[in-house]
Amino acid sequence: MTWAPKHIPEILAAAGQHLVLSLLSVLIGGIIAVALGIVCARRPRLYAFALTITGIIFVIPSLALFALMIPFLGLGMKPALVGLSSYCLLILLRNVVTGLRGVPEDILDAADGMGYGPWQRLVRIELPLALPLILSGIRIALVTVIGIATVAAFIDAGGLGTIILMGIDQNYPEKILVGGLLTAFIATFFDVLLSRTEKAIVRWRSD
Amino acid sequence: MITMEHVTKRYGEGAAASVDDLSIEVPEGVTVALVGPSGCGKTTTMRMINRLIDPTEGRIVVNGADVRSVDPVIFRRHIGYVIQQVGLFPHMTIAQNVGAVPKLLGWSADRIAKRNDELMQLVGLDPEMLRRYPRQLSGGQRQRVGVARALAADPPVLLMDEPFGAIDPIARARLQEEFRQILRRVRKTVVLVTHDLDEAIRLGDRLAIMRDGKIVQYDTPDAILSHPADEFVENFVGLDRALKRLSLFTVETAMTKGAPNGKAGKVAAGTNLRDALALMAADNSEVLAVTDASGAVLGQLKRDAIFAV
Repeated sequence: MTWAPKHIPEILAAAGQHLVLSLLSVLIGGIIAVALGIVCARRPRLYAFALTITGIIFVIPSLALFALMIPFLGLGMKPALVGLSSYCLLILLRNVVTGLRGVPEDILDAADGMGYGPWQRLVRIELPLALPLILSGIRIALVTVIGIATVAAFIDAGGLGTIILMGIDQNYPEKILVGGLLTAFIATFFDVLLSRTEKAIVRWRSD
Repeated sequence: MITMEHVTKRYGEGAAASVDDLSIEVPEGVTVALVGPSGCGKTTTMRMINRLIDPTEGRIVVNGADVRSVDPVIFRRHIGYVIQQVGLFPHMTIAQNVGAVPKLLGWSADRIAKRNDELMQLVGLDPEMLRRYPRQLSGGQRQRVGVARALAADPPVLLMDEPFGAIDPIARARLQEEFRQILRRVRKTVVLVTHDLDEAIRLGDRLAIMRDGKIVQYDTPDAILSHPADEFVENFVGLDRALKRLSLFTVETAMTKGAPNGKAGKVAAGTNLRDALALMAADNSEVLAVTDASGAVLGQLKRDAIFAV
């Protein structure tokens, strides 16, 4: 360890960029998935179509996906954000829809009969009940995106991938190791954090 | 209070009518049980009252207002709604569940909390339960919460769909009895849907026997059990209709003065005549001593007097 101790601000900056990139991507993807999920949940044909599209995006290799963005968005953060957020759409959409569809019929009937409007029912009953599944979708998406975001260094989006890439170019194993371990650490951190949040939120499920 | 005039419901163009040219009038403060075999249209009929289903033809008037002229969402807040599976919201505490409609109506938190306490007392639950979640309650407790939730905003009309169907038979009989007491106190216009004739007899001031989307007979339980309108009703109420009818009366109504001569079995004054007759059959006797709660003899019950009811 000779490089890392002398370059801590640089490493922290890359880690910060990495975090912003990942969190922002999942946030954008999450907003789109929730909106899309609400529209799709009670429309099976539309849902099948949305799953196909998001599924196709999901199977495109990440490097190819970023490369495809370059002609439209150039290099840097913008194409990386678009790529990463579309990448996690499949995971998020599936969990949002499964969560919404999992709300029992009798609960919806009671809500309608009591005088909840469609919007009130969605916000106060359906989304809260789907929340555990939506959260677990966010967790899986975030962990996935934190890993894939390293590849975004290829299109000049910054993040810990830059350090790894530097290590590969310069044949400098310590840089590869620092970038890789830090990425793994961030991913694990969010995995644990969100798992705990899920458990805290579903406390009504246990006796 | 509730009037349905020539109401027909068809699911889809040209489909057979689920509810067929049905007319009924439910006076204020009366409990009507819609009863009949499955598929007879009783649930559809009930769900048209609060516009969960819109009729294909006909007019429904609740509280003087044509239900087509009102906003269904706001309208439903003034109609209590109880379903078989209760449908409590699992992510909300009992307090939040019971206070749901008052909250939709914009009541203050203080008023909701006060009302919640009153309601728990009314349905016989410990106010301590208000802090729990539905999963922590038994089936019977959940059903009581369901009733409390329906009564929360003190709606004049209550709709109930098989409200005790998911509860075991012993707890069910007790809940039905308690519910009857509650109804006596709050005086609601109730439409109750059930396939269980005994439940209908126990809770309904009037029964509407339904078949193929039509009401075959609409009358008091006494009248229906003693004079079924046709063969269908006769079969539906069963061979033991005379016995079922006896369950509508208490021992007091057939009691005569004086104590029985010699040794006789005892029966409490509040027992129904059907059970009293069963006691006689078990003893092979023709007379029972009628007692009050303390065991003192009030009079006697003769078998002939039961048959004369």
